[in-house]
Amino acid sequence: MATRQLGAKKLRVLPGFKLTLGFTLFYLGLIVLIPLSAVFIKTSTLTWAQFSHTVFSPQALAAYRLSFGASFFAALVNAIFGLIVAWVLVRYNFLGKKLVDALVDLPFALPTAVAGITLATLYSPNGWIGGLLAPLGIKVAYTQLGVFVALTFIGLPFIVRTVQPVLEDFDPELEDAAASLGANRWQVFWRVIFPTLTPALLTGFALAFARALGEYGSVVFISSNIPMKTQIVPLLIMNELDGFQYAKATALAVVMLVISFLILLAVNVLQWWSNRYNTNNLA
Amino acid sequence: MSAAEKTNAPHRRTEPPFVRWLLIGIALAFIALFLVVPLVSVFTEALRQGFGVYFQTLHDPLTLSAIQLTLIAAGISVPLNCIFGVTAAWAIAKFDFRGKNILLTLIDLPFSISPVISGLIYVLVFGAQGWFGSWFSDHNLKIIFAVPGIVLATIFVTFPFVARELIPLMQAQGRTEEEAARVLGASGWQTFWRVTIPNIKWGLLYGVILCNARAMGEFGAVSVVSGHIQGQTNTIPLHVQILYESDNFAGAFAVASLLTFLALVTLVLKTWVEYKNTALRGTAFTPVPIGKKAV
Repeated sequence: MATRQLGAKKLRVLPGFKLTLGFTLFYLGLIVLIPLSAVFIKTSTLTWAQFSHTVFSPQALAAYRLSFGASFFAALVNAIFGLIVAWVLVRYNFLGKKLVDALVDLPFALPTAVAGITLATLYSPNGWIGGLLAPLGIKVAYTQLGVFVALTFIGLPFIVRTVQPVLEDFDPELEDAAASLGANRWQVFWRVIFPTLTPALLTGFALAFARALGEYGSVVFISSNIPMKTQIVPLLIMNELDGFQYAKATALAVVMLVISFLILLAVNVLQWWSNRYNTNNLA
Repeated sequence: MSAAEKTNAPHRRTEPPFVRWLLIGIALAFIALFLVVPLVSVFTEALRQGFGVYFQTLHDPLTLSAIQLTLIAAGISVPLNCIFGVTAAWAIAKFDFRGKNILLTLIDLPFSISPVISGLIYVLVFGAQGWFGSWFSDHNLKIIFAVPGIVLATIFVTFPFVARELIPLMQAQGRTEEEAARVLGASGWQTFWRVTIPNIKWGLLYGVILCNARAMGEFGAVSVVSGHIQGQTNTIPLHVQILYESDNFAGAFAVASLLTFLALVTLVLKTWVEYKNTALRGTAFTPVPIGKKAV
């Protein structure tokens, strides 16, 4: 303990508490809190009619629908395949496993603009993948499907990276116990392993979903940004900004911020749940 | 799993071979489709018109000025966030105070905010109609649609990277080593440089690698505050966009290949740090993946 109560006086062995905490709060306030509060203060100057006219306009509603829908399905696809990737990386050995493990983080490391132009080119009707799908009548680039593809790309690492450590820590004796009691392999997975993975899986899903909701760079090129059709909320905000409609952009930003904070809260609760799960397992 | 354990549990802990191969196949197909194919296509598209065009694009003065601006933005934001990360981790890990959890959540906040909104908040504060906009324009200082805005937006989006690696690491290491150094007569600075820094160097390096990758690659936030003036307020990712939208695809991918190369270097360094630390064990640091909440 760095602080000890000696009578009424606190003695700290380590120096710098006031200095470091002071700087932390100052920097946090300057860079994050004050600028962020501007969004809420600016919005509070709008009347309710102005606010609701912007955030409930047909164009905004269509953008929410696409943003939430595409983000949800992208996170869902990632949950399924991410679980398989995490499972394969933890449980099996195969050639190039380390390479695959390192590559999983590519969507975090690759700038979104690069991902954007690459996916748009790949999935355009004369691109490598788009060219294969075009004869089947499937259009990806410049459609809602394209938005989904881009959001799947950027959400890919979240599930793998949240499930992987839990799977690594999983006590194999529980599997042995279940197997010796007569459970088949599928039952062992479904009834013993899967329930311990659920909190991590949900956390990863929520993180991938939240990231997809705010994503801009990788979507802007593959979506043709058609209002009511392929426009997600960040693109709509950008459009308003380009037209110097700061009040409208800010009102939409407040809606998205509130939603992000709610997801953040959900992630916190999930993490608390999964920690509780782990402690229960240890006990 | 050790060899001894394997012989104890002959075939209960794994699936039939065809299930194994099926799952490996699905995983590899997914990775190939979403990661390998895009990666290969960046370089293929970049070299589609040959090395001549490729190097010509990279030598273009507008490309060079974009590279310069990106280096400036990263060169300012990474050290600042590094100092912040170390200070915040010191305050949080070495002392007890109220509201620590709130502080931790606030530090991670920039991660859950859309890049577009990250740019917007600075426009609201420093833009022409913003809070301090008129003061800055009276003093002939341009923040938005100029370099300072780009630097500020970059600082914001990379804000948590170093702190979130260091806080759990320093919390796990505790205070005893620093306290011992102090008791043995070391000054505060000596303790910090000779005890703390050697203990946290891997976590610090890891955070800096991730912070730098994001700083150089940020697009959305920077796009809002940049005026898109070629040769002046264009970073590498913004330059990619301008080239792409002017239908210079080979040029766009040539510049994009630079960023892709940066991403690959980042992954290699990151994997190397992780590898070094699994080898070290003990007090070595456990990386906090970007997808995970730090504490």
